[in-house]
Amino acid sequence: MVLRLALLGMGAVGRGIIQAALEKDLGLIITAVADSRSGCIDPNGLNLPELLDRKDKTGMCGDTGISAETIVKTAPYDILVEMTPTDARSGEPATSYIRDALQRGSHVVTSNKGPVALHYHELASLAKKNHLQFRFEATVAGAIPILQTLIHNLGGNEILSLYGVLNGTCNYILTRMAEEGLTYKQALDEARTLGYAEADPTYDVKGIDAAIKLVILANTVWKKNICLDDVDVTGIDLLTEEALRLAEQQDATIRLIGEIIPGDNIYRLCPRIIPKDHPLVVQGSLNAIIVRTDLAGDLLFVGKGAGSRETASAVIGDILSIRDIHAGGN
Amino acid sequence: MQVSMKLELRDSPGQLVAALMPISDMGGNIKTVIHEHEHASGQGDLSVEVVIEIPPELLDGLISRLRERGINVLKLGEERMSYSQSVILIGHLVHTDLGDTIDRIDQTGFAEVTYMSLAMPAINERTSAQFVIKSLTREHMQQALLILRQVARQKEFLLIEPLEF
Ligand SMILES: NC(=O)c1ccc[n+]([C@@H]2O[C@H](COP(=O)([O-])OP(=O)(O)OC[C@H]3O[C@@H](n4cnc5c(N)ncnc54)[C@H](OP(=O)(O)O)[C@@H]3O)[C@@H](O)[C@H]2O)c1
Repeated sequence: MVLRLALLGMGAVGRGIIQAALEKDLGLIITAVADSRSGCIDPNGLNLPELLDRKDKTGMCGDTGISAETIVKTAPYDILVEMTPTDARSGEPATSYIRDALQRGSHVVTSNKGPVALHYHELASLAKKNHLQFRFEATVAGAIPILQTLIHNLGGNEILSLYGVLNGTCNYILTRMAEEGLTYKQALDEARTLGYAEADPTYDVKGIDAAIKLVILANTVWKKNICLDDVDVTGIDLLTEEALRLAEQQDATIRLIGEIIPGDNIYRLCPRIIPKDHPLVVQGSLNAIIVRTDLAGDLLFVGKGAGSRETASAVIGDILSIRDIHAGGN
Repeated sequence: MQVSMKLELRDSPGQLVAALMPISDMGGNIKTVIHEHEHASGQGDLSVEVVIEIPPELLDGLISRLRERGINVLKLGEERMSYSQSVILIGHLVHTDLGDTIDRIDQTGFAEVTYMSLAMPAINERTSAQFVIKSLTREHMQQALLILRQVARQKEFLLIEPLEF
């Protein structure tokens, strides 16, 4: 059976899904798409090249008369794929879309950190009650399949601690400061020029983005109930090039590291001095995570933490695993 | 001078006090006492590490007094801080009393700043400094870092701690 998707958001991630659905035979059709101002619906599957073309030319994917809310509540689909911008404080409007879809009896896959960081327990129990899947692999470390691995594949383990490089923008800036002797500002400007940093980089460089990922990990892997304010957060925006030189003198460098020690309720994100040959010292915009477990020992994960195709990979992985579990639709 | 001594005593009530008494009697200042149960020889003996501040000329007298009381002095040394870590501080270190920042660690008696390297780009800009801290044990290092975090918060420094994994 062909799986029907409704996509909310046609930005980098949304386009990544559409491209992959065009290039590969994934057994998926896209029956509805919404962006911030418009939407389109076709129960038999939208024409994807036309859709991409329309969005490129007009900036809109469909008719202004069709909103995301209409799609969530009325369009025919098996899985809602929610890829709208992250609002870390309210989680809206994404949380309402997800809640509505689950209430309507549809599975949900999201790449949006807001709803998961703020409302994981509520949304997960709503999904469970309705015998549905709620998946969010793309919210932490992009292409790296960290959540499914920790929650399912390492299910019998006690996961004792986690350390990770969870923000590619910060890692890029720190790599360039260390390697080229750039000042913080020079490295940030370079990251902006290359598209690694947003026009307003606050969210990344102050550590908020990575801290939200720690909240998601804590609440979903260890079933804690913490929020952003429970994470001890220090960003990289006050680092000096002299500090990197001082670290260099000890054959070390400085990286922004997230830390979870669930047994001690430690949730910290801050720049740390780290030996240059440490496995978490990855280059450029890569992400890396180390976990220590009781059965499996130490495990290391490295990969792309963002990007259109890379993030789409995680979203598609969630979609196909829902299909495997339910063998198609509801 | 500050010295550390490893004492072996009978593990019975009052023995620890009996060991510590001569130290204060002789004008020594007790800084820390660390029990090491796991290192006990198992025969009801207890091994204790004490760090004291005492005038050098009185040290020999103290050791014989302890021995008279049946307390075995196993180890004696000045180089007692065996645990070492390096941190970086960024901020207005000089304008906020660098001496006080260092003292806050040194006055604990269980940790001290043994090396410092400063990088000051310009007079009104923030200074970056590397501190090497030594401590008696790993736990003391954790405590020293907690103190340093408080100082950093108070004086608005960015404290960069090492990652231990
Ligand atoms: N990019 C990555 O590498 C990456 C990695 C991991 C997670 N994520 C997360 O995935 C989500 C999407 O990221 P992105 O990079 O694709 O963002 P993006 O490029 O900014 O695209 C966001 C899309 O959402 C649409 N949108 C905004 N408000 C909407 C609403 N109320 N209803 C429906 N659509 C709405 C926008 O519409 P318009 O086109 O009309 O503006 C746009 O198409 C974010 O939550 C992000 O944090 C992204």
